[in-house]
Amino acid sequence: MSALAIARLRKSFGGLNVTRDVNLSVEPGERRLIIGPNGAGKTTLFNLITGDLTPDSGTISLLGQDITGVPSRRRAHLGMARTYQIITLFARNTILHNVCLALLGLSPLRWNPFIDMKRQGHIVEDARAALKQVGLDAIAERPLSQTSYGERRRVEIAMALAQKPKVLLLDEPFAGLSIDERRDVHQCLMDIPRDVTMVMIEHNMDVALEFAERITLLHFGEVIVEGTRSDVVNDPRTREVYLGH
Amino acid sequence: MTARAIALLLAIVLLATVPVWMPGIYYVNVASQILIYAVFALGLNILAGYGGLVSLGHAGLFGIACYATGYLLQLGFGHAFAIVAATVVGVAATAIFAVLSLRASGIGFIMITLALGEILWGLAYRWISLTGGDNGINVKTRPEPFGLSLADAGHFYYATFVVFVIAIATVAIFARSPLGAALMGTRDQPRRMNALGYHVLAIRFWACLFSGLLTAWSGILFVYYTQFISPQTLSLTSSAEVLLMVISGGAGTLLGPVVGAALVVIVKTVVSGFIERWNFLLGAIFVAIVILMPEGLVPGSVRLWRLAFGRRTRKPAAVPETKP
Repeated sequence: MSALAIARLRKSFGGLNVTRDVNLSVEPGERRLIIGPNGAGKTTLFNLITGDLTPDSGTISLLGQDITGVPSRRRAHLGMARTYQIITLFARNTILHNVCLALLGLSPLRWNPFIDMKRQGHIVEDARAALKQVGLDAIAERPLSQTSYGERRRVEIAMALAQKPKVLLLDEPFAGLSIDERRDVHQCLMDIPRDVTMVMIEHNMDVALEFAERITLLHFGEVIVEGTRSDVVNDPRTREVYLGH
Repeated sequence: MTARAIALLLAIVLLATVPVWMPGIYYVNVASQILIYAVFALGLNILAGYGGLVSLGHAGLFGIACYATGYLLQLGFGHAFAIVAATVVGVAATAIFAVLSLRASGIGFIMITLALGEILWGLAYRWISLTGGDNGINVKTRPEPFGLSLADAGHFYYATFVVFVIAIATVAIFARSPLGAALMGTRDQPRRMNALGYHVLAIRFWACLFSGLLTAWSGILFVYYTQFISPQTLSLTSSAEVLLMVISGGAGTLLGPVVGAALVVIVKTVVSGFIERWNFLLGAIFVAIVILMPEGLVPGSVRLWRLAFGRRTRKPAAVPETKP
């Protein structure tokens, strides 16, 4: 049983076919890299997987369960988490509050209008634990507006990890980071245990290649090459459409 | 005891004893009006402040609770029944309002609530058999809870004060709760909240109901205060006025709507006795607020206070602060 299986997925915006008959199968614990030139349909594919977009046809299943018609918010409860290419955080709140919101999203407590959120010991503890995983526990109380770009990337990852996902989708986690920050984020990702399946979109080949076991190359909405790291890197089609000569 | 706790205690004692120290019934009534509008503004602030859903139709919901009370009393029902039923009617009307208007957010939400408010205003004018049209409905008596006649201005103030305290306490509890945090999350990043597993629409719907409850309570207080209800109360001007209270005081803050309500009511009733062109003055005050403290009086004052005295009161920061 695949952690994530996509069959004959199609999506078009008007006359533009952004996803054309994509088949994808990611095994549990796998680290998958999705590459492709700009406009290849990588983020669209992620949006289809998370349910932000509805496919025209095809199916998506998570751990053997068909989730094609499941609303986006339910997919989080079924074990799917994502980070965004454009950082999407709660800028008015502290780092800790951001992670607490991620934890509450999966807790029945999220409907409670009476209790004090800050006094929910287990939520706050779990949030701190997730922040420790990405090395931000020391500045947990800091308002998000006073953090650096690299720290925000790590907050994104901490929020995803806090939800204890089975499948984690990372949309360009290294985009816009300095070399030092890139190393920090890379370390965070390498430390994630094997029971989390990870799918990553990334352009930074030096860090991404180290991470990936299998690579899928998308071009104009189609899967062109798929295989192990060395297979794909050495494939002439990869050189042609993506890596360059 | 911290300075904050002392200030809070002082404010409660002062507010609870208004009829004792206020010089004259007129001013006690002004204080009652402020608290009634404060409850109304607190209700709207749930949506406009915490939820980021600006409603321009809240006077319609306010009016429904007013008319429900007046109409039921006119039919000969008792005060207790009228109050409970008007609360139910107000919240039910809000539910319908919410189902129709939550299809959109942002400008779309404003326009739908505006339209719904106008429909209710039109109904109040034209459905004469129910509302009395232009003549409105008179409410002949005020309730007498525990044998205490609310016909007395002081007693009425105490009743209003009790409702106000309940309202502000529930809002304070709500704002720190997970559901409150979720509502603020849907204001700032609705798409992210959805991806995190929250039901954005349902959260907004509950927020509407909570807002509707406080709005209904303020409407019931209002109709007992004026002992009269006419379509004027449901006009767009009334909706805009309460929205201005929320925004001028500070949307999304606990005390902002209360301060905003005090500002508008004082200028409208007290200052208008001295200055004929009080509308002009109110406009000038709003312009000044927008220029000097665009975030509202309460957060703006806090910011200016920190700017002036910040170095002494703020805890030493572990890291150098950077401007956001």
